[in-house]
Amino acid sequence: MADTLVARTGWALRSWWLVAGMWSRSLMSYRTSFYLMLLANAVVTFLDFGVLLLMFRHTDDLGGWTLPELGFLYGTSAFALAVANLLVGSIDGLGVRIRAGTLDTVLIRPAPALAQLCAERFSLRRLGRLVQAAAVLGWSLHALPVHWSAGRALMVAGLLVCGSVIFGSIYIGGATLQFWWGEAKELQNSVTYGGATLLQYPPTVFAKELVAATVFGIPLAFVNWLPALAILDKPDPLGLPEAFRYASPLAAALTVTAAGLAWRAGLRAYRGAGN
Amino acid sequence: MPGTLRLKPPERGTAGLYLAVARGAFRRYSTYRAATLAGTVTNTVFGFILASTFLALWRARPGLGGYDADQAVTYIWVSQALLVTVAVWGGGFQDDVQDRFRSGDIAVDLYRPVDFQGWWLASDLGRAGFHLVSRGALPMLVGALVFDIRLPADPLVWAVFLVSVLLAVVVSFGLRFLVSLTGFWLHDSEGVRSVMLVVSMFFSGMLLPITLFPGLLGASAAVMPFSAMVQIPADLFLQHRTGAAAAGALAFQLGWGVALLAAGRAVQLFATRKVVVQGG
Repeated sequence: MADTLVARTGWALRSWWLVAGMWSRSLMSYRTSFYLMLLANAVVTFLDFGVLLLMFRHTDDLGGWTLPELGFLYGTSAFALAVANLLVGSIDGLGVRIRAGTLDTVLIRPAPALAQLCAERFSLRRLGRLVQAAAVLGWSLHALPVHWSAGRALMVAGLLVCGSVIFGSIYIGGATLQFWWGEAKELQNSVTYGGATLLQYPPTVFAKELVAATVFGIPLAFVNWLPALAILDKPDPLGLPEAFRYASPLAAALTVTAAGLAWRAGLRAYRGAGN
Repeated sequence: MPGTLRLKPPERGTAGLYLAVARGAFRRYSTYRAATLAGTVTNTVFGFILASTFLALWRARPGLGGYDADQAVTYIWVSQALLVTVAVWGGGFQDDVQDRFRSGDIAVDLYRPVDFQGWWLASDLGRAGFHLVSRGALPMLVGALVFDIRLPADPLVWAVFLVSVLLAVVVSFGLRFLVSLTGFWLHDSEGVRSVMLVVSMFFSGMLLPITLFPGLLGASAAVMPFSAMVQIPADLFLQHRTGAAAAGALAFQLGWGVALLAAGRAVQLFATRKVVVQGG
């Protein structure tokens, strides 16, 4: 096997694809349940947005942002989380495998462990969230009074890619904690789902310390808050330099590197179940 | 042999048994300390996020829905305290029953000399008791330190609130029990469960007080059993309903609780017959 980086990445992607395909086939044997879950998934995520709609029945703006502007935040945050959840979300089951001692079976297979674990229990029903997020985003792009230049359109596309990478890195980085603390799964939920909820509202709604933590701590602000300031031409509540609004690709590169290093450290610290 | 199945209400003298089951569930959940701590952090994080968004809304529209800004923030922390306690998005005994469906152990449960519904209700009440302390009181404490929260001064209000939480758990149990029983027919109740999650999150007042729902949506949300899970206990805590209105609210919860338990018992009767047919 050629040991170049390209060949290894290709093999990892192919492993992911094979495992995901296997799970898809097995889930499709309960067809009614599958369609119900797909529907429920789209509806449950739509209810979050329904709450925003109900809020805007009583007010014209929230923290100085209008409904289409909130729709943009909502759509981009939910889209990035949905892509990350679809591609690597299953990694949060790591703790269960460590406790049950079945991680060893994954490790001895001739395919990258990370790729296998990310695709495990892969379910197409997670598409429900993605479809709903794309619908809200499409509506907001239509309703926003923004002059759409090529640069702005490119920024939206870049935001979706970088945002998905950042959320994906948080999934993997958070799951790595389970090597040391097997029951850290819920903690990861507070950063992924909690983070996505946070980003659905304008930064002006929150305490400055909390917003600063999403810039300099866990880099959630780079998912959509900062680029949105540039796209929608809004003032920055923290008064950061302009460059931060365009720094999402750098933040994405840093988080994915950090997650990769954390994963390798975790795997090295793992001592096996002894079977 | 349908005649040997325990389909009658429990006999007298079994109270001690149910108490032991509840105590066992309380202790069982209290052993997962690390997981509980992680979950408590999650409730606290969501409390912070949602309280901030509510403050922004109430700053724009003071007095919305009859609550002032402090009451609105208190509402968020009470609802976070109730989320896992009342199992608004399912779980608790449901996970155990689902596992027993998968393994086929469910058939054994039905032949035990204990009432099936009573056993799981007792165990769910024990779990709720533990979660009220760990995932209810702890996040509330953090919320009270950071935000301006309206805590009732009158011990009677606290007592009424706790009775209301107990009834909320019973109503929630009644709904989840019915969902679990669909497993007898569908073999996999996951789909029904996820639909139920959507409905109860929205109509319980967990995402937004149902007093803010418009027209028919608000009117129907107020009479459905889901409002007994979050909206009513929160309103009693905020003294939004007092005197006769508070008594009426408790009666509403009790009514739905009894009706759902009765419905669960009826469906269980059909379901157990079905198991006998399949197992024969």
